[in-house]
Amino acid sequence: MSATPNDGLTTAASIARAVRAGAASAREVLEGYLATIEGREPEIHAFNLVLADEARAVADEIDRRVAAGDDPGPLAGVPIALKDNLCTRGIPTTCSSKILEGWCPPYDATVVQKLAAAGAVSVGKTNLDEFAMGSSTENSAFGPTRNPHDTGRVPGGSSGGSAAAVAAGFAPVSLGSDTGGSIRQPASLCGVVGVKPTYGLVSRYGLVAFASSLDQIGPFAGTVEDAAILLDVIAGHDPRDSTSIPQAAAPVAPTLHDGVEGLRIGLIAELAGEGMASDVLGRLHAAAAALEAAGAKIGEASIPAATYGLSAYYLIAPAEASSNLARYDGVRYGERVDAPITGEMMEATRTAGFGDEVKRRIMLGTYALSAGYYDAYYGKALKVRTLIARDFDVAYEQFDLLLSPTSPTTAFRFGEKTADPLTMYLNDVCTIPTNLAGHAAMSVPFGVGDDGMPIGVQILAPALGEVPMFRAAAVLEAAAPTTGEVSA
Amino acid sequence: MTDVQDKTEPKVTVTSPTTGDEWEIVVGLEVHCELATATKLFCSCPNQFGDEPNTNVCPVCLGLPGSLPVLNHMVVEYAMTLGRALECSVEPSVFARKNYFYPDMPKDYQVSQFDRPINVDGFIDLADGSRVGIERAHIEEDTGKNMHKSTGGGGGNRIHDADYSLIDYNRAGVPLVEIVGRPDIRSGEQAKAYVDELRAILLATGVSDAKMEEGSMRCDANVSVRRVGDPVLGKRCEVKNLNSLRSIGRAIDHEALRQIDLLESGETVKQETRHWDEEKGRTRSGRSKEEAEDYRYFQEPDLVPLEPSAEWIAAIDAAMPLLPAARRVRLGAAAGVDPTAVALHVERGLDDLAVAAIEAGGDPARVLTHVEHNLAVTGAAALAPELLAQLVTLELEGKLTATQGKTVLADMVATGRDPETIAAELGFEAMDTSALEATIDEIIAANADDWSEFVTGDDKKRGKLTGFFVGQIMKATKGQADGKIVTAILNERRAAAG
Amino acid sequence: MSDPHSSAVADAAPITRDDVVHVARLARLALSETEIERFTGQLAAILDHARDVESLDVEGVPPMSHPFPLVNVLRDDVVGPCVDRDEVLAMAPAVEDGRFRVPPILGEEP
Repeated sequence: MSATPNDGLTTAASIARAVRAGAASAREVLEGYLATIEGREPEIHAFNLVLADEARAVADEIDRRVAAGDDPGPLAGVPIALKDNLCTRGIPTTCSSKILEGWCPPYDATVVQKLAAAGAVSVGKTNLDEFAMGSSTENSAFGPTRNPHDTGRVPGGSSGGSAAAVAAGFAPVSLGSDTGGSIRQPASLCGVVGVKPTYGLVSRYGLVAFASSLDQIGPFAGTVEDAAILLDVIAGHDPRDSTSIPQAAAPVAPTLHDGVEGLRIGLIAELAGEGMASDVLGRLHAAAAALEAAGAKIGEASIPAATYGLSAYYLIAPAEASSNLARYDGVRYGERVDAPITGEMMEATRTAGFGDEVKRRIMLGTYALSAGYYDAYYGKALKVRTLIARDFDVAYEQFDLLLSPTSPTTAFRFGEKTADPLTMYLNDVCTIPTNLAGHAAMSVPFGVGDDGMPIGVQILAPALGEVPMFRAAAVLEAAAPTTGEVSA
Repeated sequence: MTDVQDKTEPKVTVTSPTTGDEWEIVVGLEVHCELATATKLFCSCPNQFGDEPNTNVCPVCLGLPGSLPVLNHMVVEYAMTLGRALECSVEPSVFARKNYFYPDMPKDYQVSQFDRPINVDGFIDLADGSRVGIERAHIEEDTGKNMHKSTGGGGGNRIHDADYSLIDYNRAGVPLVEIVGRPDIRSGEQAKAYVDELRAILLATGVSDAKMEEGSMRCDANVSVRRVGDPVLGKRCEVKNLNSLRSIGRAIDHEALRQIDLLESGETVKQETRHWDEEKGRTRSGRSKEEAEDYRYFQEPDLVPLEPSAEWIAAIDAAMPLLPAARRVRLGAAAGVDPTAVALHVERGLDDLAVAAIEAGGDPARVLTHVEHNLAVTGAAALAPELLAQLVTLELEGKLTATQGKTVLADMVATGRDPETIAAELGFEAMDTSALEATIDEIIAANADDWSEFVTGDDKKRGKLTGFFVGQIMKATKGQADGKIVTAILNERRAAAG
Repeated sequence: MSDPHSSAVADAAPITRDDVVHVARLARLALSETEIERFTGQLAAILDHARDVESLDVEGVPPMSHPFPLVNVLRDDVVGPCVDRDEVLAMAPAVEDGRFRVPPILGEEP
């Protein structure tokens, strides 16, 4: 992580503590991060848009409130980067697509409102694979984001910008969205913490939909504690999202350091062998050993249907996407390519506005839903989804948490997997089952691979199992070798 | 135009004007009605007709990226109420997306119910005694409204002449219930009766204002024909743009004849959408349905299933007002007549008055007559039934003639006063039947030959002579006598003489 | 557990060039000849990979459409604020008289 001129104020927890106490000013903290951004952003391209002036105004307001005796909230003065598929009122929200270039939503996403209410300072909108479809951020219409650990490599995706922003020290925390691994995989590749909360724990209102039954917003952070603080801010029922869980979930931060003594943790057999790089498996087993040393009971778990997740996912997600992305037709907002009649205008607009990967998935999904193929593809995929959820249910009778690699490999080089879409999709094999089941999972950095690039370990939990999941994450974080030690 | 025979039989046939062959028309109606909720189906924008364009819109009903739908409680309440009113069973249901591109649809898919609708398997009993099955009545969202503009001035507001179009999304996301009827309808006339009855149910339950002219009730008809006795139904055409009861009847009859003409001249009917042109009185070809649509229905992932509890459904049933069919049965039973005979009374909403007046002792036949013929005025429903009962009793006792009764009734509706007071004030002498009987006896005596023929003659002769004697008596009383009383006295005298 | 004949995917014919043309039309995407060729190959490979689920017996398994089992999520029928019309129309590529303007719409409404 790059040094910031912030005198040790490099975590959300320490910044908020200092700002709330009046020991540091939000504006000074912000200027430190803006300086870092100015220094390295041209090389990294984490952002589609840096909101320096807007952020300064918000930070100044927070400082005024602190001076007036107010408490701006648990994220007081904490700079945060937002994935550019989260709606921000009056601020361009592009999804890294030409079709939405210049579109300013007339409303804020629920999470954006919650961040503002907690005193956070948005510093910019981060780059992503177009409409969150991808695993490398190479599918952005505005050019790829580079991995801060090696700019010749991808940061992962689709939330590559948000992961890189935290890894590069552009902000202590950021938000991404995870449909099949889009938070956890880039977190792993960039060496930061990334959390996919239980489906329905965080409101999706204002998250531009990719696949509605799989999408979930979640935090990136440099530390497990920061991720916990951020998750506690954004979680909670939202009446504007029908799929939002109505019951209040227990916060994760208060019990973060309760340890894993007695927790039963299972290594997923199907995701701990074939297809995984040996250095990745090495770090996985080291993580299991660290948890065992901390008092957890480690065993082998089986999710027989897990490996079929990829097939089910690449039918379900494109099917939903084909419908979710129909609205980009040039009529009401965004780009329009003119044509003599409306039908042709829509086609010309969509043809020019969408990139290849988006087109590929729209067509795949359209095909999977079309007459004569629905039962064979989409219908069957929904049943496979049930089987995966059942397998998890069985495993969670024996285990409190499960463990697997986050990504089969460390960060790959640009262009390495772009030629063949299927090769790229295989990156998501470990992360997809959690989305299909609607469960929680997170990636925690646990050392580096043979190439010196970060490796994350994935902790999986059943629905609303965030509390034990974070406890295990904190244990792993404490046991993890620092990047410097391993790569040196 | 069509020679529609025998309206009351359930199987109505059409005689071909060219060949004289008998054909059967088979019609299934799809009726969309907007629900009278305060807000839209999935957002809190007002559900209001006639406002400035694009003022009742928000991220949800504009389908802006990131917005999500939340189902309106009252829509479910109304949909279930309508379902139960249509004798449907209320089922656990889900929403689905119907995917197709059209600029008036903000998301380029319509949220509707597909394989698991909220209401299934009901029926409507029509005023003529026929029954039309209801396949389903499901919830869906309305689209925005297109306005077609022509810069050249010619035509205008028609899709084919348009140089460009303008879209208003105020209506987008307004809640609809689509009522899919079974193909049980056999004539344009019966289709009108069905829509009329449905409209009455919508108004009685308050779930829709059912204004066809404002588009809050819209109707499409699937029309096909077959030769009487032919088990195979012909290809069907969906006739759209039926904006009034009149156009429903005309369009169906016209479309059926068009199909009969085609088939009789050896051609085939093409399965297609056709549009009714009310001015020209004909349907014109729309989109061919030969290539089946591919709407790629799938369950709407942004909404969760709807599973109304038994208690909820019971509460809907408990709050159900008495519906037109039941009201006809009730009044028919009270008056001792067939329910089909009191359709008009119920349609005018005067059946409560009629039933109460009969229960208060009013003569049923006279009560029904007054309600049908003399109370088609505003405020009639407020008339006190006891007073109406009093009025008909006065008439029955011969204290008022029918003509006087009508005058008194009008005053009763206007002032709310009792009939005796009004009759006294108007100077209507209570006609003593003894005076009337004396007059009748005088006339019998003066027409002795006719009278003996009246007494001994056959029914035909007697019928003729009844008219003669009543006429004479009316002349003698200057029209103040009650015709029914006169006839009764004449028959009394005949019985005594015979 | 592994009756290959129970799999519907097994019965589906491989995606053809014509399928791709049809699907692109449904999705309102115009594809060049080379794109059609490329997408046909890529989609075929992805769908072929999806055949691995053939070994799963899904007979009698209910489809899972929602990850979290909620029912009857409803909102009160109370009017809330709308978005200002100027803000709505400011997003649009073309407007006239308070409405969204589009080229002529040919083809009947479905």
